Parts: sequence; structure tokens; C-alpha cells
Amino acid sequence: MGSAQSVPPEMRALAERTGFTSEQIEQLHRRFKQLNHNRKTIRKEDFDTIPDLEFNPIRARIVHAFFDKRNLRKAPAGLAEEINFEDFLTIMSYFRPIEMDMDEERLESFRKEKLKFLFHMYDADYDGIITLQEYKNVLDELMSGNPHLEKESLRAIAEGAMLEAASACMARTGPDEVYEGITFEDFLKVWKGIDIETKMHVRFLTMEAIAHCY
Amino acid sequence: VGSPATEHMKMLCCLLSLLTLACPSAADYLDEPNLGSSLLPHYEHDHADAVGSSQDTRLQIFTVDYNNVQIPYEVTLWILLASLAKIGFHLYHRLPRLMPESCILIATGALVGAIIFGTDHKSPPVMNTSIYFLYLLPPIVLEEGYFMPTRPFFENLGSILWWSVLGSLLNSFGIGLSLYGICQIEAFGLTDLNLLQNLLFGSMISAVDPVAALAVFEEASVNEQLHMMIFGESLLNDGITVVLYNIFIAFTQMHRYEEIESIDILAGFARFFVVGLGGMLFGIVFGFVSALMTRFTHNVSAIEPLLVFMFSYLSYLCAEILYISGIMAMTACAVTMKKYVEENVCQNSYTTIKYFMKMLSSVSETLIFVFMGVSTVGKNHEWNWAFICFTLLFCLIWRTLSVFALFYISNKFRTYPLTFKDQLIISYSGLRGASSFSLAFLLPGKLFPRKKLFITATLVVIYFTVFIQGITIGPLVRYLDVKKTNKKESINEEIHMRLMDHLKAGIEDICGHWSHYQLRDKFKKFDNKYLKKILIREHQPKSSIVSLYKKMEIKLAIEMAENAMKISESSTASLQRCRNRRDHRLSPAEVESMRDVLAHNLYQVRQRAPSYNRHNLPSNTSEKQAQEILIRRQHSLRQSCRKGNSLPWGRPVNATSMRYLSLPQDHSGQPTRRKARHVTFTALQVGRSRSDTPKVIKAP
Repeated sequence: MGSAQSVPPEMRALAERTGFTSEQIEQLHRRFKQLNHNRKTIRKEDFDTIPDLEFNPIRARIVHAFFDKRNLRKAPAGLAEEINFEDFLTIMSYFRPIEMDMDEERLESFRKEKLKFLFHMYDADYDGIITLQEYKNVLDELMSGNPHLEKESLRAIAEGAMLEAASACMARTGPDEVYEGITFEDFLKVWKGIDIETKMHVRFLTMEAIAHCY
Repeated sequence: VGSPATEHMKMLCCLLSLLTLACPSAADYLDEPNLGSSLLPHYEHDHADAVGSSQDTRLQIFTVDYNNVQIPYEVTLWILLASLAKIGFHLYHRLPRLMPESCILIATGALVGAIIFGTDHKSPPVMNTSIYFLYLLPPIVLEEGYFMPTRPFFENLGSILWWSVLGSLLNSFGIGLSLYGICQIEAFGLTDLNLLQNLLFGSMISAVDPVAALAVFEEASVNEQLHMMIFGESLLNDGITVVLYNIFIAFTQMHRYEEIESIDILAGFARFFVVGLGGMLFGIVFGFVSALMTRFTHNVSAIEPLLVFMFSYLSYLCAEILYISGIMAMTACAVTMKKYVEENVCQNSYTTIKYFMKMLSSVSETLIFVFMGVSTVGKNHEWNWAFICFTLLFCLIWRTLSVFALFYISNKFRTYPLTFKDQLIISYSGLRGASSFSLAFLLPGKLFPRKKLFITATLVVIYFTVFIQGITIGPLVRYLDVKKTNKKESINEEIHMRLMDHLKAGIEDICGHWSHYQLRDKFKKFDNKYLKKILIREHQPKSSIVSLYKKMEIKLAIEMAENAMKISESSTASLQRCRNRRDHRLSPAEVESMRDVLAHNLYQVRQRAPSYNRHNLPSNTSEKQAQEILIRRQHSLRQSCRKGNSLPWGRPVNATSMRYLSLPQDHSGQPTRRKARHVTFTALQVGRSRSDTPKVIKAP
């Protein structure tokens, strides 16, 4: 739907960096303008205007992820106050579907990027490790549908999950070392068998884009 | 299955047999159901006879006059019988997973048919053209149109139109022509079936009724596209089939059909489009009118359901006057009217409308299926191996062909093509149902001397598809799904997957993710500016406060979750203990139980697929979720008040650990095991039963 024949240079730079096509960028730009009511940047409150997001249990985390400086590749920690369109695109580029013509190396780095995004969603205190408490928090949110589930059970599950991850990398730590939490390498191991590239993507509009939820 | 269920079953069986015995085998002075016979003259005449014959005796104290009420009585009995069968069907909870509900209806019908046949009783004339088209069909159509999930439908509109229109045409003509080819073969004795009759049969038999398939899809949480394809197809399919049917009958009635020229065929095509589109226009107009009417009904809210039903019915009838597709009209009316009516009517009327609609359509469908069962056991048949087998074969072949051909083309225009697996499922879910049978039954006997053959063939196809395909489609879908993820998932994987699903849903919402959303936006703007002002009444203050309260609660709940809870010592302590045991592995049973807990309790990803079930109202999941967040917050508030914490999100759960029989601190090997066991019990939701005898399980 691009009416302009000539692609402005900023757009081309953006396209190159994030990997979107110009139509997709235009589409996302329109959406961006909708969200920020024609200001320059988006803040956290602007995400409140999306009605369907209300019922998402990890809504806060998702919104956080947009402002997370690690995802924006600006700093190793901290939250940004507001993001501009470029940042918006950066975040969205984590969800690009894989293209057929990617080579092995790019595929690998793409995969790592996506997994890093996911890792940052768990790791709320920026220390690069998912501790038991952080894991429990995530689980809490995910389970918010059931008021009868006791916290003990949640904790047990979280511990079970940590144990699993621990046993997967038991070889690394010595017998008396304390298992701090899941590091990014361990996280990668968990995801080894699963092809995240096909799962973690969102179709960005061309014609009839409808997401395929497995 | 517990014994209470079997007790209920036994009781139901007794009731059923009592009911059936209650129909005395009356005299057979009612003719077989034939076309155009009206009921009144018949039994009034006989009533007079009966009165006359008993005139000479004394005054009777106690008389029996069954003839008076026979027809309503038997119809009511049928409906009751089918309802009881449905109750029984759902009591035994393994059955709905095995087979679709239509199976049980047909089986009941066959049972009633067997009884009627056995007692040599003539069945009441439930089915003739006028009754079917005027009374039985509209509720089914209305219900389908009203409960259609509009947003996914309009998102997929292009594909759905392409698939259903072309698919029906392709199927009808394909089956018709192939059968005509078969009829030409002398050996089968079918040479008297001409082309037109075959085409008509093809159009009849291609009417799909995928309610069973949809039920299976819902359970297997198939992706939204697939769901919508099948749903949209069924919606438009009825209309298209009836239009084709009428066109072909009109052709057949042109007596000298050898003289059908190309101009007639072109006229046929044009008529097809006029009928379809005209119907939609009619429906939209009526929808707006009725929405306007409901704006003024706040003082007479009892008639609101009446308005809704009467206007939809009127749209159907008006369209039928002009020989335009009443089905399309009614569907369009229901779709248009739904949004505005729901805003205008009071809550009770809304509920009434929904339930009454479901009830009416359920009754209609039940009657048709029962009647189908009744016709099965009877003398209405003509069996011809070749015709029937080839019909079945061609139905399957042509459906598969049309699916793959049409989607091959439409996939080129989609960014996300339907996979081979999806197409396989679509082609397998072409179950035939009530509409095919009705159309077959209502063929004019004069024009179709071999009508019985058609009826038999239709019945065979329906039975085959409903029973065999209906029962096997569940396992097929699960097999195709399961095949991808063969390996056992660990707890971590389950959690991560679920997180990702939610993440994906969230990102989709953020990037405003539907096709043609500009079109939708424009429509919404137009809607807000003009339509809503005209059609919707002013807001009641009560409802806006309620919705505001709800919004606030949700916000607070989410904020609470945002603030991280403090680390509780006991959890790290227990983890330390676990770390110390090097070879501690979670047993598979524990992993299973944890995964069970997760599966049952993880917050469900917002259901994208439309939840449609012909026989039940869909539950409103988003409301439930909001409610649950609310409940959870109140629950934790109560807990914190009990503990006397100032902050609602203070230290949790040291209190709950006291519910355990043994505290974790002393024993080294057991606590985690016990916790896991407790998890099992909670997951199975056997109440708060604790393991009184803690089983000590050795590490593997």
C-alpha cells in the first residue's frame, strides 16, 4: 500500500537493520501512530488503550519488554521511559518469521535473539540469571486463573522446573556448589529441541495475515 | 463412569421404554406423508366418523379419543425422547468424546422408526415442503447466523466466500456429472436418470453439516483459520445448496427440458447471484429496521425477544415471496441486528433470545433427525448397489479434489497458506446432515420417479459420514496434531510454551493484527458516528458503573502481580536441600503430576477460535477470566487480612505450609516428595484430601 515511489533513506536504513519490508514498516508506522495518538513516542500508559490486551495474564511483562533496555539494545539494564518508532520496530523485529533464504549462521543468531528476548522476560532484575523467585513470579502470573491452587503447589512446580534445569547442567557445577538459577546457556539447552523460529513469530501484514497458533 | 451415572442411565432407559409403550398402536387412517397434504380435513372427518359410530350407546363416563391429539402428541413424544437421549448421552461422559451428538439423534430416530414400523403405525406427517421450509429450517438458519463470531468471519471473508461458493458449485456439478456418467452404463439399470436429475442430486448431496466436525475441533483446539473455514462454509453452504436446488427444480419443471438453451443456463447463473446477493441486502435492511425498533422498547421489555424473532422471520418470508434466498436474508439479518440489539435490550431479554434460539433450532434439528431415522426403517427404499456406492465414492473424491484444488489456488494469495494437514482435515470433515436428507425427501415425486433411490442413497451417505467419519475425525485430528510433538515435554517446556503463547497473543494485539484493519477501522468510525447514534439507546448509568468497576479491578489485579513478592526463606531452604542430593531426579510420576497441574491450571490463552456448538451456548471465557482475576485478588486480600499484613502482597504462605503433616526442616529425603504428592492431589481436585500415609518413594 505504499504510495510513495521513492523510499526515503531513513526507511531504507530501518528496513535493513530490522529486516522488515517497506510495506510492513509503513503498516507498523500507522499502528504506532494509532497507539501514541500522534505524539512522537509511546509510553507505558499508551498500551492501556488496547482492549484485548487486558485479558492477557502476562500483560505487564509484555509491556515491560517493550521498554526493557536490554531488548532495545541500549544498555545492559534498566527501563526506558518512552520509545520511539525505531525502538518499536526493534522490538517487533524479534518476532519476524524466518525467511527461507537465511543461511545457517543467520538462523542461529536469529534464534539466539529470540531466545534472549524470552530470557529477558523471565529475568526481571537484570542479573542474567533466572532465580527461583523470578520463575515463581512468572508461574504465578500464568496460573492466575485458578484461585484454588495453593502457593505451595506453585512453589513445588517452580522448584521442580528448576531441578530439571539443574539436573540438565549438573555436570557443570560441583557437588557443593549452590545452583543459583538458570543462566542463558541453560536456557538455550532447554530450548534445544524446540524450533522456536517457527513458533515465536507473528505475521506482519501483507495480505491476509492471520496468526497460526499451534 | 461412576455408579450414579449408570443408575441414571437405567432410569432413563425405563422412562424411554415407558414412553414408547405409551403410544397405542392406533388405527392407520393417516396416509403416508405426501406432498401438499394438509392435516385438518383428514382427522376432522374421521373424528366425525368416530363420534357417529358411538352415538347409540349410553353416555360414556370415560372415553378415550386419541385421534384428536395424535399429531401433536407424537411430535412431542419424539422431541422428548430425543431430549432424554441427549441427557443420557451427556451423562455418560465418555460418549461425547467418542461420537458426535448427531449420532445419538439419528439412533433415537431409528429406534422410533423401528417401533413405528414394528407396530405398523403410520407416522405423523411432520415433513412436507411447506412445513420444512416454513417452520423447520428458519430456526436452524437463524441460530447459525446469530451465533456466528463476526470478527473472524469477516477477517477470513475472502477465503470463505471463495471456498464455499466455488466448493459447493464444484462439488454439485462434479458429483452430478460423474453420477450421470455412471448412469449411462447400461449394466446398472440407471439409464432413466437424466442429466438434470443427477445434477439436482449432486447439489443436494453436497450440502455439508459440519457441526460434528466443529465440536471436535473445539476440543482439539485447532487453529482459528481452519475453524473459521469450516464454520463459514457451513453457514453459506446451506443457502447455496438451496438456491441451486431451486434452480434445478425450476429447470426440471420446464417440461421440455431438452430445449434448455444456453440462455437458460446463463439465466440460471444470473439468478444464482441475484438470489444470493438480493437475500443479503434484504437481510441487512431488516436487520437495521429491527435494531431501530429495539431502541424504543425499554418500557415493554417483554416483547423484545418477540421483535427479534419476528423480524428475522419476516425477512425470511419476504425474501421467499420474491423467490430470493430466504436463508441468506435471515443470516444477514441476524448478523446485522445482533450487535445493536445486544446493546439495546435488557439483560433478561438477551438471555431469553439466546436460549430460545438455541431451543428452537435444537427442536428443529431433532425433529429432522428423528424423522430421518423414522424414514430409514420403512418401505421407502430402493436399493441399487452401483448408484449408492458410487455416490459415496464420488462424495469423498470430489470433496477432496475441490479442497485441494481450491486451496492450492487461494494459498497463492495468502501469506499463511493452509497446510496439507489442514486441507486433509477440511476434506475429511465433510459430514452430511439434516439438510441433505430434507432436500431429498422433498423432491417432487411426479418429476422424480426414482425418488426412493435418491432417498436411500442420501441416507446411506449421511449414515456413513455421520457415524464413521464423525467418530474417526476426533482421533484423526489428534493424531495429526500429536504427530508433531512426539517427545515428552518437560515442565520447563510446558511453562515456556505457555508463556510464549501468551506473548504471541499480546504482540498480535499490540501490533493491531488483523487483515484489512483499515477497512474495519473505517467501518467502526462510520458505525460510531452514525449507526450507533441512530440504532442504540442511551446508556443506562447502571451498566457503565459496573463496567468501570470491572475495569478498575482488573487494573488493580494486574498491578499487584507486577510488584514482585519477597523471597520466602522456606523455598530457598528447600531448594538448597535438594541441591545437596546429587542424584536427585524427579521421578516421571512427579513430572507427570506437575505437568497435569500446569495443564489444568495455566491461564488459558485467549481463545481465538470461535466457540460454536449447535447444541449448547458458548461460555463467555473473557468474562470468566476477568472474574477469576477478581476472585484471586479478593482471595489474597482475605488471606492477608487473616495474617494481619498491612500490604496485600506481603509475605505469603508461611501459613499454608502448616497444613502439611510434616514440616520440611527435619527430614532430608522426604519433603519434596511429599510436596509433589500434595500437588498430585490438588491437581486431581479430590478436595483437600491429604495423603495421610506419606509414602516414601525411593529415588530411582
